[in-house]
Amino acid sequence: MAKLTLYVNKELRSVEVEPRETLLDVLRDKLGLKTPKCGCDRGDCGACAVLIDGKSVRSCLVFAIECEGQQITTLEGISGDKLTDLQEAFIELNSFQCGFCTPGVIITATELLEHNPHPSREEIQEALSGNLCRCTGYTPIIEAILAHTTKEGK
Amino acid sequence: MSGGFEYYQPRQLSEVLSLLERYQDKARILAGGTDLAVYIKEGIEHPEAVIDIKRCAGLKGLDVSEQGVYIGAQTTFSELVAHPAVRMDYALLWDCAHSVASVGIRNRATLVGNICSAVPSLDAAPALLCHDAVVHTVSASGSRDICIHDWFRAPRQTARQADELVLGVSFPKPAVRFSGIYLKLGRYRGEDLAQAGLGILYTQQREYRLAFCAVGPIPTRARRIEQLIKGKTIDAELLSQARALVAEEVSPITDIRSSREYRLHICEVMLQRGIQAVLERYDGKPIHAATVLGG
Repeated sequence: MAKLTLYVNKELRSVEVEPRETLLDVLRDKLGLKTPKCGCDRGDCGACAVLIDGKSVRSCLVFAIECEGQQITTLEGISGDKLTDLQEAFIELNSFQCGFCTPGVIITATELLEHNPHPSREEIQEALSGNLCRCTGYTPIIEAILAHTTKEGK
Repeated sequence: MSGGFEYYQPRQLSEVLSLLERYQDKARILAGGTDLAVYIKEGIEHPEAVIDIKRCAGLKGLDVSEQGVYIGAQTTFSELVAHPAVRMDYALLWDCAHSVASVGIRNRATLVGNICSAVPSLDAAPALLCHDAVVHTVSASGSRDICIHDWFRAPRQTARQADELVLGVSFPKPAVRFSGIYLKLGRYRGEDLAQAGLGILYTQQREYRLAFCAVGPIPTRARRIEQLIKGKTIDAELLSQARALVAEEVSPITDIRSSREYRLHICEVMLQRGIQAVLERYDGKPIHAATVLGG
């Protein structure tokens, strides 16, 4: 066991980890953050996406111990006490059914909108190409992001 | 989950090299980890030591200059994609980097890690093979510059010795005007491994450099086809002669992603469309590589 200190959703956290424990497992099982999901557990599905220092990564492919001192952001950290406008758009447009992929999708979309606030449909598709959804057929997800980014004032 | 390992996060190159000297093939270098984490979790690899080089000094750096391109071991595919000079001047390299999986993988995965993993479908290889890149390694006993054509030995086997660290990869800027393209056929866009990949570099001297991946045990240049079409005007007759040579250049297998026959056929299609597309790009026409094969 080694002591790991990192920032999770801007809060300084310390936790004992084995080197082989993934960031996903540590977030879910030791730090109590349940929005990152374990889908494929091999980096293909995107359900475990979180941000490390603002960049989306597959938390199932990162050993927690690699993250000493880094800023980890999960969906809990993005929404805080209140849903974001993007999340509201997802609800409005029925952009999920089972919801398992949604945290990863929102993480990925958040990263995209950070550096490209008005993406085209193609840019959204490209950005989300690593997030698998088995319910929606993707169209309502893309529509929600487009609706959100073309709203007045945005 | 498989057994544990010692984790090291050295800050200095000398520490990396002494760890490698000590652990030899019982150590694995960790950069992005997008391959290594899977191998460890699925029990395919059981390293005693994992040496994380992300915070080691001297491995950073993506340098694009008049001399050429240097890609340090810590350079991620996202950094390559975001680099304006790579996008502007090295279309083949940019296409290759951009075709790797998806954003969440590219943010983490490194080009050097890709050539060290050396799976046959690796997207990084065609650009490096066409540009005649050199792999720079160092160990406690000295440094080596290894030609990319001597680098790949077999699936997941390279010329790297157990105690060697790859510092980076470089290639010179071609002396004459050039353009390039990388065509990747996946079962769908994004995230998939290549069923077949073809990189083409075209120069002002009407030289074509062609490199296939995912259709043989190691990625390889298609020298017979290069020889056939060098300096010539491309017409239907020449293209059909070139297509006829494809089966001599590649040796695809049947696997979960497609059959040998399909891969042979698609390589011919990719060759034909790729040559046409690279010529159009050379003439200044904007060509989005992902659309050349449709889908």
